[in-house]
Amino acid sequence: MIRFDHRVDRSLRLQPRRPLIGNQALSRITDDVARPLEARPGLGWCAAFAAAATALSIGVACVAYEIATGIGVWGLNRTVGWAFDITNFVFWVGIGHAGTLISAILLLFRQQWRTSINRSAEAMTIFAVVCAALFPLIHMGRPWLAFWVFPYPNSRGSLWVNFRSPLLWDVFAINTYMTISLVFWYVGMIPDFATLRDRASAGLKKTIYSIASFGWNGSHRTWSRYETMNVILAGLATPLVISVHSIVSMDFATSILPGWHTTIFPPYFVAGAVYSGFGMVTTLLVLTRSLMHLEAYITERHLDAMAKVMLLTGSLVGLAYGTEFYIAWVSGNVYEQATFIGRATGPYAWCFWTMVACNAVAPQVLWSARVRRSPAALFVFSILVNVGMWLERFVIIVTSLHRSYLPSSWVMYRPTLIEVGTLLGSFGLFFTCFLLFIRLLPMIAMWEVKGAHRARGAASHG
Amino acid sequence: MASAYLIATFAEPEALVGAVETIRAHGFKIYDVYAPCPVHGLDEAMGLRRSRLPYVTLAAGVIGCAAAIALEFYVAVFDWNLNIGGKPDNSLLAFVPIAFELTVLAAGLATAAAFLLRAGLFPGAAARPAGPGVTDDTFAVALRWRPNAFDTGEARHLLLASGATDIRQMVGDL
Repeated sequence: MIRFDHRVDRSLRLQPRRPLIGNQALSRITDDVARPLEARPGLGWCAAFAAAATALSIGVACVAYEIATGIGVWGLNRTVGWAFDITNFVFWVGIGHAGTLISAILLLFRQQWRTSINRSAEAMTIFAVVCAALFPLIHMGRPWLAFWVFPYPNSRGSLWVNFRSPLLWDVFAINTYMTISLVFWYVGMIPDFATLRDRASAGLKKTIYSIASFGWNGSHRTWSRYETMNVILAGLATPLVISVHSIVSMDFATSILPGWHTTIFPPYFVAGAVYSGFGMVTTLLVLTRSLMHLEAYITERHLDAMAKVMLLTGSLVGLAYGTEFYIAWVSGNVYEQATFIGRATGPYAWCFWTMVACNAVAPQVLWSARVRRSPAALFVFSILVNVGMWLERFVIIVTSLHRSYLPSSWVMYRPTLIEVGTLLGSFGLFFTCFLLFIRLLPMIAMWEVKGAHRARGAASHG
Repeated sequence: MASAYLIATFAEPEALVGAVETIRAHGFKIYDVYAPCPVHGLDEAMGLRRSRLPYVTLAAGVIGCAAAIALEFYVAVFDWNLNIGGKPDNSLLAFVPIAFELTVLAAGLATAAAFLLRAGLFPGAAARPAGPGVTDDTFAVALRWRPNAFDTGEARHLLLASGATDIRQMVGDL
């Protein structure tokens, strides 16, 4: 006769036998996430893809023309040597930050709500960093020599790169950020690839998922290590993401130009990056949840939480604007003061005031819970965030450059159509990648949602 | 070489954890547990050691940092020192950002690589599922089954009593 352990008795009491093998709540999650990958794309997706691909083609044409002809096709001049392209660069790097914040920092803070949006936010990070990296590359004029930015023994001496330059720090920061984000994203998808592999019937799909899933079979010994690895990668990605935008800000802050030469830049840029990134995540997720019918996973609670982050970071950005003006005022430095007065009243004042309206004033509507929980209102707001944060970089870069120490060099900068087309193209690239992602890859981390679902269930039982 | 396993499936992770505790309390050894998501409390129930991955991270991070500083110092001080804005050859503070980035890069890549290596995961590795649904909605416990090595009857009873929905024997590799 077998004597049962008290734990068996307990489990017998708590767990009545079920007629079904498997857990319905969990298989439902698999079905909901895998369904869009197995069905034909809807009309909405096709229309969005056509628009994105068109924008991308325009961008490709503009970049090809610029590379074939030279940087002269842009509106840059000897005074304003950085303008549209570097604005786009900083804008896109900033967008990427929300993905890492959601996937790494919120993981460390054990925020379970992140599980259904972290995969798409990470994907967004990667596509945004690709878009960002494009701009310094094409600004080089001779992008086929881009490998010169890496320190390698060469036949020119060896003439090495200058390790004291923030532009070189940028090279390392962006490349590290891209690599670590890619690894984090891919490793996170391995269990889901295994789920898709086991769902697929034989054929090309099954072969691809088999290769991509690395032979994953759900072993708990592996899960245990996997969770350790995820926490380590999150712990590494957290200071990394802060370092990336800090270094981007040092591209400006280490110069002596009034308007750029400020110590507030690193935290100010990081707050702005998170604000703009959450704006873009909101734009994407409000669209995606209705396009892919995932309202049950990307809920109003998610939108509410993201809106709160935008309220915080938008207000931080507003505080930074005020601080910059205050410091310029008390600095006693006439050049600093002239730059800031010029920003608010000069020829680019409309950019400045639109920026203040979008970034510092508009987020205050998020104090209202009704706005935070309305997808339509948040969508409109997120567009304002994108516009405002793009203009912020434009204002910082162009208003500081176009009128600095030497009045005889003062000029105006206007973008050419080629530059506008290139910006459009970067949006096309971003959305093309994102639309392909939601069609071809599991856009919700099934295993994480299942884990969070179980954890919630256990908590409510206990 | 193919081995035989006794595989019990569960619908609820709580029952699974209970079963693992019971089975181990009765002196059986668990070969492995299969689950569609990480199950909390299973590490303790299975008696798994803490992963040693953090040591890999630390070692790779230290190497990455040292290599970065060594390269920057060698290039800027020994190989070709350039006077840039009158800054000293050994501008150690300016070398910090790149040293930091390379620390993170080396540590992150090494951690992921060590994980894949230790778990035997690589592109094209053959998947050895413990049964249908373990990557979807089912939890499974596998015991290595050798004739006469343990009392199959007792193991079956214990597993069923802990809430197993199905118990079967499997011959193959896991």
